[in-house]
Amino acid sequence: MIGQYLSLVGLEKHFGSVRAVTSLSLEIGAGEFVSLVGPSGSGKTTALNMIAGFEGPSAGKIVIGGRDVTHVAPNRRGIGMVFQKYALFPHLTVRQNIAFPLRMQRQSNKTRMTTRVEEMLELVQLSSFGERYPQQLSGGQQQRVALARALAFEPPVLLMDEPLGALDKKLREAMQFEIKSLQERLGATVVYVTHDQDEALTMSDRVAVMAGGELKQFGTPTELYRHPNSAFVADFIGRMNFIEGNCIENAGGTAVVRLSDDTVLSIRAQGLPATPKAGQTIKLAIRPERVRVARRGEGGSGCLAAVVQACVFVGSVHILVVRLESRPDVLLQIQLPAEGGLPFQERDAVDLLLDDGAIHLFANTERHAA
Amino acid sequence: MSTDLAPLPNRLPLIRGHYAAATFHAFAKAFGMIVLATVIGCVLFFLLLPTLIVIPMSLSETDYIQFPPSGLSLKWYRAYFSDPDWMAATWFSLKIALATTATATIMGTMAALAIVRGRLPFSSALQALALGPMIVPHIVLGVALYLVFSPLQLTGNFFGFLIAHTVLATPYVMITVTAALQRFDPALELAALNCGANRLQAFVLVVLPNIAPGVAAGAVFAFLASFDEATVAFFISDIGGKSIGRKMFEDIDFNLTPVIAAVSTVLVVVSLMLMGAIHLANAQKRG
Amino acid sequence: MSGPCEVPQPAFPRQRRSTAASARFYSRGVSVCLAAPLVVALAIGFVYPVTRLVGLSFEGGSLEQHRRLVAEPLYLGVLASTVKVAFIVTIASLLLGFPVAYLMARLRHGIAMVVAACVFIPLWTSVLVRSYAWVVLLQRNGIVNTLLADAGITDGPLKLIYTQGAVIVAMTHVLMPFMILPIYSTLQTLPPDYNRAARNLGAGAFRAFISVTLPLSLPGVFAGSVLCFVLALGFYITPALVGGPGSMLMATLIGQQTTVLLDWPFAAALSTVLLTVTLIFVFLFRKTLSLSKGLHSVH
Ligand SMILES: Nc1ncnc2c1ncn2[C@@H]1O[C@H](COP(=O)(O)OP(=O)(O)OP(=O)(O)O)[C@@H](O)[C@H]1O
Ligand SMILES: [Mg+2]
Repeated sequence: MIGQYLSLVGLEKHFGSVRAVTSLSLEIGAGEFVSLVGPSGSGKTTALNMIAGFEGPSAGKIVIGGRDVTHVAPNRRGIGMVFQKYALFPHLTVRQNIAFPLRMQRQSNKTRMTTRVEEMLELVQLSSFGERYPQQLSGGQQQRVALARALAFEPPVLLMDEPLGALDKKLREAMQFEIKSLQERLGATVVYVTHDQDEALTMSDRVAVMAGGELKQFGTPTELYRHPNSAFVADFIGRMNFIEGNCIENAGGTAVVRLSDDTVLSIRAQGLPATPKAGQTIKLAIRPERVRVARRGEGGSGCLAAVVQACVFVGSVHILVVRLESRPDVLLQIQLPAEGGLPFQERDAVDLLLDDGAIHLFANTERHAA
Repeated sequence: MSTDLAPLPNRLPLIRGHYAAATFHAFAKAFGMIVLATVIGCVLFFLLLPTLIVIPMSLSETDYIQFPPSGLSLKWYRAYFSDPDWMAATWFSLKIALATTATATIMGTMAALAIVRGRLPFSSALQALALGPMIVPHIVLGVALYLVFSPLQLTGNFFGFLIAHTVLATPYVMITVTAALQRFDPALELAALNCGANRLQAFVLVVLPNIAPGVAAGAVFAFLASFDEATVAFFISDIGGKSIGRKMFEDIDFNLTPVIAAVSTVLVVVSLMLMGAIHLANAQKRG
Repeated sequence: MSGPCEVPQPAFPRQRRSTAASARFYSRGVSVCLAAPLVVALAIGFVYPVTRLVGLSFEGGSLEQHRRLVAEPLYLGVLASTVKVAFIVTIASLLLGFPVAYLMARLRHGIAMVVAACVFIPLWTSVLVRSYAWVVLLQRNGIVNTLLADAGITDGPLKLIYTQGAVIVAMTHVLMPFMILPIYSTLQTLPPDYNRAARNLGAGAFRAFISVTLPLSLPGVFAGSVLCFVLALGFYITPALVGGPGSMLMATLIGQQTTVLLDWPFAAALSTVLLTVTLIFVFLFRKTLSLSKGLHSVH
């Protein structure tokens, strides 16, 4: 039963004139861990509520393991869910909380029910806490009880709506690891909503980025990070620098762009998309760690002249903030390895070298997330 | 620091003056505290006295009201429990109060659910209307109910009382249950559905246990609202069916005997036990 | 997987709102069914009788009963003295009740419980019992008169009962808890830090009280006062038992019309006037009136 495939076909949800979710289609494989990320109000919770059955979709279809559950009542879907604030029943002990879904399924066999509860307690390492009430547990322990309750009846799909939102950073990271290893061990299909893109990238097999109720991109973390299909996704996942410009030519794996400071760059890279076309205004995007920095005059040809504005040491890396000489309104972030000290300081004149293979070009039609 | 220029001896009087001021201040403060404590003590005495005075009176030996009583006896309690009129009124009221508790608690809880958790048209109007009986003068309601009930032979009648007292008692239930529902996390109900419970199971197994303190408090208020009620009861009672409130009202007005003190003591003990139980249950729940 | 960008990310601005799906659980149809029994009960036991009563006062489309009420100075005098008594009772409850509420909110837990008990015990005692106790205390050969005579303060018994003074004293006693509880629940939510901050900024205890605690407690004071006043306007039991012919209030006048004179249309007119006055006050102060505050602290 546990770990079935889930497919959403053209899901829509309208609240009056608000289009909370528009034509959302996702194919989620059995045993896959998928995260939904997106800015606040992008429709993540609404999507999850539709899968759980708390909201009826305005249009579209939800299929779990071959069974169309679009119009099935929430209590007959057998989907496990971990709520944001856990939603543990305060009047029941930990053991009774975990037994609750089994009781509802009319598991006639009492002994099988008890052994199952004990199994679940063991799974989340809370065997000695069975007789406690939820309010007598720490946040992390409550989280684990919620997980155990949702997994107790081996749900085909497990939904989690920002399950770690209420925990502090350390505990969050520990729980991320725990949830992930549990999911892998059990082979559960998980749909996981989070605000935290780091969390999504570290935990998921695939990530769905949503904005304004629409699915922007669905892919593995590396795909999203390396090949974002829009400026929005590029900006939303990880840190990205943008420089505006014009496309002069784009054909046969080579693009020629003129940046707003009149530098003309010729970019040769595999997998350049066919858009933007010649004549379109564009956004050139590059990750902070893919910009190379040299002292002024040492960068060779095709460099951008810039001035260092600030150097910040953040532990694992140095962050340089530089200002383009010809376009003082464009600030770029550059990430340099921390070891070996920093060869630059504020007000140094530098040359920036953009790594051809790491440049993304987007037609400048959309606004980006930030 | 103030200036240090003046030689020390010159500053002494100042310091002394300061001391004097300080002691005066402390004195004034202490005096103020004593006055305040006395006032509050008197107010508390004023609040408590009438309730407590009926207990010794009910134990007095004499036929007329006397305080302090000259001797102790239980004869007024005996008189109360052996008087068929008092007993009839007591049973009548008890039956009404229990039935009212049931109807008011059920109806009030249902309405509170609809108002807090449902999509109810005219919800705030219903809320205002349901609380109306607490605000509208009871004498007005009493006269109005008499006018309607009397031609229908509903005066002195169990069902007449039940209707009237249900209307009077439901606001208490609505207030306590609404408060309890507003404290209740709606996600718990969704969690129950998600665990496979149907709506009824979700309500009975998850919502009800969590709002139970509010429902119980509402039930106790409803019971007392009916059992202690006298104004409306004054109008809708008749010879055939008289509530304990109406009977007491009459006897205080025309026939002042220590039996009333005994009845009063019984009422006080019942009220305090019920309210005390609710209070303790809630304190335990919180602690 | 290679760690993505380690640049510290600004957290997204979060807005917590429970989704409508979870907050509004019951559909319209179910909600209507849930509310229906109460609506029916209110219609039968409240709306219809009161409408009938008001209708009776305009019997045959005539204003005669109301004209009679206005024409006779006696009745307008009763209305005026009802408002006056309600006002005095409210002020007395406020002056006496505020210190008690303040003490309840500020005292250590143990003593506060004792004070609270002194407030709750009378609240939970039947109004009849309390009125009865006042009859016993104030009657001709009652406890107060006995004590006064024994102490040699008075020669003969004073006429205490069946006076307006007795009505005011007894009604203040009955209604004071309704004043204390809203004030208490407001004061209780004020963190003591405000007061401490004021003291710290150089205000004396009295100044701190006047300039910080008192203004912040005003919502409770208003809630309690409106509740007290409205309840006092329509009070029947206590003035009926403790008051006399010289201290007639609207409620007792209505009682007299119905039980002694059996003049139902006129009683209906009086009731309509009392109801209207009450509703006007409730409407004017609907923002401050909080019925739940009175019960709130009980549980
Ligand atoms: N019941 C509802 N009625 C009307 N509008 C709604 C309702 N539920 C959600 N919305 C709207 O739908 C949109 C998507 O909401 P949703 O809660 O799904 O966002 P989200 O991605 O979960 O956001 P967050 O990250 O803040 O939790 C929002 O604009 C929201 O205001
Ligand atoms: Mg959400």
